[in-house]
Amino acid sequence: MDEQRLDGNAVGGLLGEIFPFEMTSAETACAGCGATSGVGAAMVYAHGMGTIVRCASCDNALIRIARHNGGGMGQYWLDLRGVAYLKIEEAT
Amino acid sequence: MGSVMGRFFSRGFRGRRRPREQAESDRVPPGQYLVDGFPVLSAGPTPRTPLDRWDFSIVGEIDAPKRWTWGEFRELPSETFTRDIHCVTKWSKLDTTWEGVSVDTLLGGAETAAGYVTAFCDGGYTTNLPLEEVTGGKAWLAFAYDGEPLEPEHGGPARLLVPHLYLWKSAKWVRGLRLMNGDEPGFWESLGYHNEGDPWREQRYRGD
Repeated sequence: MDEQRLDGNAVGGLLGEIFPFEMTSAETACAGCGATSGVGAAMVYAHGMGTIVRCASCDNALIRIARHNGGGMGQYWLDLRGVAYLKIEEAT
Repeated sequence: MGSVMGRFFSRGFRGRRRPREQAESDRVPPGQYLVDGFPVLSAGPTPRTPLDRWDFSIVGEIDAPKRWTWGEFRELPSETFTRDIHCVTKWSKLDTTWEGVSVDTLLGGAETAAGYVTAFCDGGYTTNLPLEEVTGGKAWLAFAYDGEPLEPEHGGPARLLVPHLYLWKSAKWVRGLRLMNGDEPGFWESLGYHNEGDPWREQRYRGD
């Protein structure tokens, strides 16, 4: 079983530390298969090394985030190569 | 009998480490703690490639690329070996016993000028290593753990095992090695993790 698989809402808190908007309602387009969906509808795999948001249609890694202490400084590493775009609604 | 005496004497010498504890702590790299279980970290769905569709190949900077079907791979000479393993998330596990084919056997003296390898896997995972870190009896393509076929959760049917480096270098579901002239960061190495990953030098993150 993929017990570490969560739904996309599980990444809302972590993305909220980086972006000043509600990110689970942002729309993503997969750079692999082109499917569009809300971040909250994607698949999330999270463990001690990092968090991977995957396309629910093709499992392509959309967003990869690691948060760690490289060189003794807390830092986020964010890889967005798997998304063609992110459409983020302004806060109302 | 021995355990009863051991218990008796350990009461008498509370605060002093018994030789076994000392020996174990000498095997735990800095910042790590010991676990009895075998934690599973997965960055994606667990691939389940049927053995009749599985193959392993060595490609890239090599005169004659190599490829084995599962049956051909299992006919190669294998070794049973016991090693300690260390995950960058800070757990270590002592005395894990594996069976696998040495990467030296797979390379079989192939002519290559490559200095690096990238392991590639079902599910798209990659990790990069200097060629010298996977040769000289330091790395295996493991197909059994603790006397049983390797479970998919732990990378079966076969995973790379490079036990002297953090375990993310021991790529699960590995399907081949690409020999490279230049180094190319893999899945975690490109997300701020250390390029080499030596647990004894605590090379967890880029810049460590």
